[in-house]
Amino acid sequence: MSSIMRESHIMKIHYLTALVAVGFVIIHIMVRVMQGFSDSLLFDNVIANYKSIPYAIVLEAMLILISVHGFNGLRIILLEIKQGRVYENAVTYGCLAAMIVLIAYGSRTIIMASMGMV
Amino acid sequence: MAAIFPVSSQEKHEKTKPSAKSITLRISKFNPGKDHAPTFLEFPVSYEKWTTVLDAILEVKNYHDHSIGVRYSCRQAMCGSCGMIINGKPKLACFTKISELNSNVVTVEPMNNFPLIRDLVVGFERMFSTHKRIKPYIVREDSEISSGTKEFLQSPEDVEKYIQFAGCIKCGLCNSACPTMATDSTFIGPQALAQAYRYIADNRDQGKDKRLRIIDERHGIWGCHFAGSCSQVCPKGVDPAMGIQLLRGYLLGYKK
Repeated sequence: MSSIMRESHIMKIHYLTALVAVGFVIIHIMVRVMQGFSDSLLFDNVIANYKSIPYAIVLEAMLILISVHGFNGLRIILLEIKQGRVYENAVTYGCLAAMIVLIAYGSRTIIMASMGMV
Repeated sequence: MAAIFPVSSQEKHEKTKPSAKSITLRISKFNPGKDHAPTFLEFPVSYEKWTTVLDAILEVKNYHDHSIGVRYSCRQAMCGSCGMIINGKPKLACFTKISELNSNVVTVEPMNNFPLIRDLVVGFERMFSTHKRIKPYIVREDSEISSGTKEFLQSPEDVEKYIQFAGCIKCGLCNSACPTMATDSTFIGPQALAQAYRYIADNRDQGKDKRLRIIDERHGIWGCHFAGSCSQVCPKGVDPAMGIQLLRGYLLGYKK
């Protein structure tokens, strides 16, 4: 990532994703609190969340924001533990790949659930 | 660990330096080329109110063990040569009075996060090279000679922006205290970052973009976790942690 982007740009994304994710998590918690907690975990209610398009968008946004922030954080921690060109590139591109895979898999779940395929 | 102090020598020492108070000075001895592990030599040292740790080390070196490796020069916290770990904290030996330590045992060790040369002497090559990398001088096209004025004038407010950072004596205590330096062997370090801010904040300088590019890398400014220990240990009152936060302001775009 660092060879593609300047570190300050990555850190701007890192801080911004954290701030926006907090906003979405607050929305998510507030929606959950509106319903009884145990009721909100019932299978039909969970599936109903995905079928609501605005709420599915909130979940997708949370997935992307937290994945980007989390994997970049992991990259930063791993780069501090050990140094070296091969290791650093492996960590950077490994985190990027893992982030893409997680977002793709999570998006697939959200899309399938919202389309009634689950 | 060994207590090396012949009785006759101790008596002689006490005769020449009468003092009511004494401490045990523990000095780390390690020659990476010869020894397998560091050991501590212990010496009873008498002291007065004004005796510094460096005075005590030099007394041991002069009268008891000439082989102790220690780097020093000015003895007045100006040259930055005698940085070491004193009772667990990075300090200048010439600027630390034994009476202020409030301990009967004073342990001196080489600074952390620097390669050890011998005993209390560490290598400064990496710190000097990172210091050099950030261009520690005024960068601009014209000069004071070629410009219309005889000198680039600055108001007291302009000077105030960077003057505390100009107090750096390159002793390396901030780098020694930095937790990121301990884990990241390529981190640029608080000393160089504080000096980058010192020149960027100087209104005579025009090298801001070049310096920001140098520090805006994987092991640059973003490695700082803002532990603040660099500022706590600086013997000259420089606040590298604040300098780093101010530099981040430039990079994040909220400071011009």
